[in-house]
Amino acid sequence: MKLTALETLGFRTVNLVAHLGRMAAFIGAIAMQTVRPPWRVRRFVGEVFDVGVLSLAIVCLSGATVGAVLGLQGYTTLARFGAENSLGAVVGLSLVRELGPVLTALLVTGRAGSAMAAEIASMVTTEQLDGLRMMSIDPVDFVVKPKALAMLVSMPMLNALFICFALFGGYLVGVELLGVDGGTYVTSMENAITWEDDVAGTLLKSVIFGGLVGFIATYRGYTATPTSAGVSAATTGTVVVGSVTVLLFDYIITALWGV
Amino acid sequence: MQPSATRDLIVGLFVAIGLAAIAYLSIQVGGLSYKGPGGLRLYAVFDEIGGLKTRAPVAIAGVTVGQVIAIDLDDALRARVTLDIDPRLHLPSDTSAGIRTSGLLGDQFIALEPGAEETTLAGGEEIAMTESALSIERLIGKFVQNSGVK
Repeated sequence: MKLTALETLGFRTVNLVAHLGRMAAFIGAIAMQTVRPPWRVRRFVGEVFDVGVLSLAIVCLSGATVGAVLGLQGYTTLARFGAENSLGAVVGLSLVRELGPVLTALLVTGRAGSAMAAEIASMVTTEQLDGLRMMSIDPVDFVVKPKALAMLVSMPMLNALFICFALFGGYLVGVELLGVDGGTYVTSMENAITWEDDVAGTLLKSVIFGGLVGFIATYRGYTATPTSAGVSAATTGTVVVGSVTVLLFDYIITALWGV
Repeated sequence: MQPSATRDLIVGLFVAIGLAAIAYLSIQVGGLSYKGPGGLRLYAVFDEIGGLKTRAPVAIAGVTVGQVIAIDLDDALRARVTLDIDPRLHLPSDTSAGIRTSGLLGDQFIALEPGAEETTLAGGEEIAMTESALSIERLIGKFVQNSGVK
């Protein structure tokens, strides 16, 4: 049967609304299982290990590198205006307000989000989730909830570690290599960064990003087509959609709350 | 997956380090720039504060002894700056306060210059002699007027 243009539009709209509804229902299910026992503490701890501890190396290394590059670039630019003494403020502010939460979220999406989606998707493919349902265990409670919550909890901590390592990297390059005075660097950084405007903002951003990436990864895995192509599509989809969503929400949060 | 006890220990360690990093950012980096003892509240009224901000340091002879904790307008529409200063200092009551800039492009801070009186300033008192922020535009304006350039 050939649909008219108007019918196609209606069909698409209904599909979109249904899709949004499924997403909301999924979030609702996770939230419901979160406030209801069993708490699944052991599985949660295991997931924090997978998301947080195993991402530590890449997050800390990237942090130090990004900080060092910022110190180098910032110095070159500031030196043109004879304002090298503001290097600490430039490095600190750009890291805390913007680069820390965004880069951490992108790294964790690639490192842990993809693995999370692939794991759930292959459980769908091999009918393990159906097996859980057979034993009247809700897969959202047993599999999805610990993973999504682990992402939510780990992200702010990884973000803070990223920023600390980056500040250290920037200090090494700016002070030890380029000869900016150490006290000036630290003082200009501490003067520029405030708790209310900057540090609270970075924590807010990383919590929101953690929730988003956790949701996207588990949702893509949970709704994967049960084939091997479906597993790879869920993994790719998580990285692509997760990264774009993080960048988009970064703009929205900055525009709304100015952090 | 690792044996459970080892894994729990590592996760606990990770959480501890993560929380320590958050605390470091909040308290050390995001916290106040002056970490010495405070408690002595003094007020200073200026005609012009320029770009002075809260958290700006208060210094005597270049040594930071406190910070600006609030800036607001008083009834006469002048800027009233609240200073939080190390209470161990015995500032003479004719101490004067001026707004200075560190370097050409640096941030502004308040410089206190102790006077010679025997009596000392107590908490809540106002510094009588103040020197407003130097406005380069105003300075150039004055210079142009005086030199008679048309």
